[in-house]
Amino acid sequence: MADSITPNPTLTGAEILLATLAGEGVTTVFGYPGGAILPVYDVLRKFPNLHHVLVRHEQSAAHMADGYARATGRVGVCMATSGPGATNLVTGLATAMIDSIPIVAITGQVSSKVLGTDAFQEIDITGITLPITKHNFLVTRAEEIAPVLREAFQIARSGRPGPVLVDITKDAQQAAAAFDFEAAKPRPYRPHPMLRAESSSMQEAVTLIRQAKRPIILAGHGVVESGAERQVLALAEAHRIPIASTLLGLDAVPAEHPLCLGMMGMHGESWVNNAIQQADLLLAFGMRFDDRVTGNLTKYSPNSKKIHVEIDPSEINKNVRVDVALIGDLKEVLSLLMPLLETHPRPLESHGSEWLKQINAGKGNASVRDIINLPDNGHLYAAHVINDIWHEAAAAGRLEQTIIVTDVGQHQMWEAQYFKHHAPRSLITSGGLGTMGFALPAAIGAKVACPEKDVWVIAGDGGFQMTAAELSTIVQEGLAINIAVINNGFLGMVRQWQETIYEKNYASSPILSPNFVLLAAAHGIAGATVKQRADVIPNARLARTSGKPFLIEFQVEKEDGVYPMITPGSALHEMLRRPQHDPLIELPEEP
Amino acid sequence: MLHTFIALVQDRPGVLTRVASLFRRLNINIVSLTVGESERAETSRMTIVCDAHENAADRIRASLYKLETTISVDEVNRTDAVVRELCLIKVAAGPSHPHGLHSRSQIFELSQVFRARVVDLAPESIMLEMTGSASKIEGLLQVLRESGYTILEVSRTGRMAMRRGHHTSRVLEALGTRQSLDLQEFPTQDPDALPSDEILPGAFEE
Repeated sequence: MADSITPNPTLTGAEILLATLAGEGVTTVFGYPGGAILPVYDVLRKFPNLHHVLVRHEQSAAHMADGYARATGRVGVCMATSGPGATNLVTGLATAMIDSIPIVAITGQVSSKVLGTDAFQEIDITGITLPITKHNFLVTRAEEIAPVLREAFQIARSGRPGPVLVDITKDAQQAAAAFDFEAAKPRPYRPHPMLRAESSSMQEAVTLIRQAKRPIILAGHGVVESGAERQVLALAEAHRIPIASTLLGLDAVPAEHPLCLGMMGMHGESWVNNAIQQADLLLAFGMRFDDRVTGNLTKYSPNSKKIHVEIDPSEINKNVRVDVALIGDLKEVLSLLMPLLETHPRPLESHGSEWLKQINAGKGNASVRDIINLPDNGHLYAAHVINDIWHEAAAAGRLEQTIIVTDVGQHQMWEAQYFKHHAPRSLITSGGLGTMGFALPAAIGAKVACPEKDVWVIAGDGGFQMTAAELSTIVQEGLAINIAVINNGFLGMVRQWQETIYEKNYASSPILSPNFVLLAAAHGIAGATVKQRADVIPNARLARTSGKPFLIEFQVEKEDGVYPMITPGSALHEMLRRPQHDPLIELPEEP
Repeated sequence: MLHTFIALVQDRPGVLTRVASLFRRLNINIVSLTVGESERAETSRMTIVCDAHENAADRIRASLYKLETTISVDEVNRTDAVVRELCLIKVAAGPSHPHGLHSRSQIFELSQVFRARVVDLAPESIMLEMTGSASKIEGLLQVLRESGYTILEVSRTGRMAMRRGHHTSRVLEALGTRQSLDLQEFPTQDPDALPSDEILPGAFEE
């Protein structure tokens, strides 16, 4: 239909909707049919280039669109019917909103004639999603569908990206209208009047960078969103500035790079957080000083000047007062800043060898207590599992072709600590909202987007059960996704907080699980149970090379903790370390 | 402290909700909000007065800009803008009122002093209309109360504001001239979008 020879064919609203999606370059829609969206499903067959993935719950549809967008940088699309279909999208939209992920969600709505009458499956979804979308639309006429959808795509991907919801009444889907894709093109995206990286601010930034003796780059999700990975690395290398990452900025720079320190914040390694506390200049790139990365704000990096490069002006001075704000796209700002720095380079003597030595010295001290370096004592630790999955991928030379999709909780933090990411968009995780149940559906989105890549789900036993129904979707779509369920019999992060802050009152954190391998088998998915460290790599290899979906249940230590840990209210350097006499990590007794 | 924002927004269903919802999310109380047509077609003009920390203005303005329905936002203060409010006051006055028949003439005198107008006269009440700054309106209300009159109803519009002079009005400049319309078509940058003395990092709640 999209290629019809008539210049302005008359189509139904439903056909216009799908033709507009095709025109926007969409190839996959994640959705679930229902009464108010049926006119669209009725004409789906006319658009063979649009592949529809049938989900098992609409929340998963939103997460899949989200995973698709995170894996590619393109706009993900999900679709649901009115009422419960629409409300089920809410958690997924909120997840995308807080992590600035571009998705377009399309919902059916009851006919415009009965809007506001509490008709069957009617819900005010534009009202409900107001705070969790970048923007939303209610469309009641077929003529509006193409221009509104095109504007929705533009809004979703422009500036700071985000989810956009388009609610379309059933009569608009059924009515006929002329379709002209080109004429429906939106006006250029309105420039944000507060976007500015003034020359005076630029000059200030240059001066601060030149004078800094202990600078550090804080790389956030904006580095990836802006596509500025190379510029950030070039700046760091040219001026010998170490890089600390947020959770969503972890894959912005290769972990093996000598200037790359690793993750900052609540579960960041001690040398990273100490470096931030001791720094005299923070270069915050595309990050928003979330409470999980700053700890106690009044004690946060007390002696540093701060330069904030950020595309969203409302983030400036929100949590941390900065000295210089450069508001704009990171890549553009850096391309203006770098030439200025070249003409005024940092003095050679401050090329940071002392500073880097100081940071590296901290690494030695921390790794003494680092669980990774402990010999195999017969216990299986989640950290070892994740580190070995990384080893296996690295040994096979597949690191750049591997996407890890994590759920939320302890395993997510161990992943951040012990999987060394090598390529941008190789880590997909719910950062801001911390949505349990995210991993499996988001991995489906990522695998659909990148079928040639190895996609690993790393999920806990709790979060996995939230969206486990999507195992069926994997089989129906024939997706070779590898699933690692880290089973410790607890909602692990909840248990760790209860242990640390609530005097080991393990209220409702022990969780019963099905036999995950049997569950997989019931879906026709092969699986294995791993209890020994020696079995991790062989099974990871088996999963990766099987060419089919594969689930591995790792039965790990039940009461292990994520360390270091900064408890709420503490400063970044006031971290809890892994207990030195942790019974879990005592070496096996001599025979 | 009180902040006054002038926002030009698209004249469409739901836009008011978006603005109101934004203040709710920021946990900031709206003191008054007036909406009406502006000099541009399909564009409403809002004057929003809110009570927030003195350094919160930048963030509120930036957040208002994040709404896709916002065209421009301006923050004004008393020195560079005319701020007015319209108020209707219904006062009990008539033969059965304690002041008796004198009550009407006393209210007429008071309204003259405050430059209010009598817009309705009923057997037992008088309606006054008054335009002015909020403090002037409060002054009239206070005098009426302290003079022993019963105020039956008060309806206030909330503040409306407009920058003084033509050239200082960024709103007019941005929307009224051909040059700035071109700028909108080709979004490069608008060097005058904010006055040069506004340095964002300077403002922050300690």
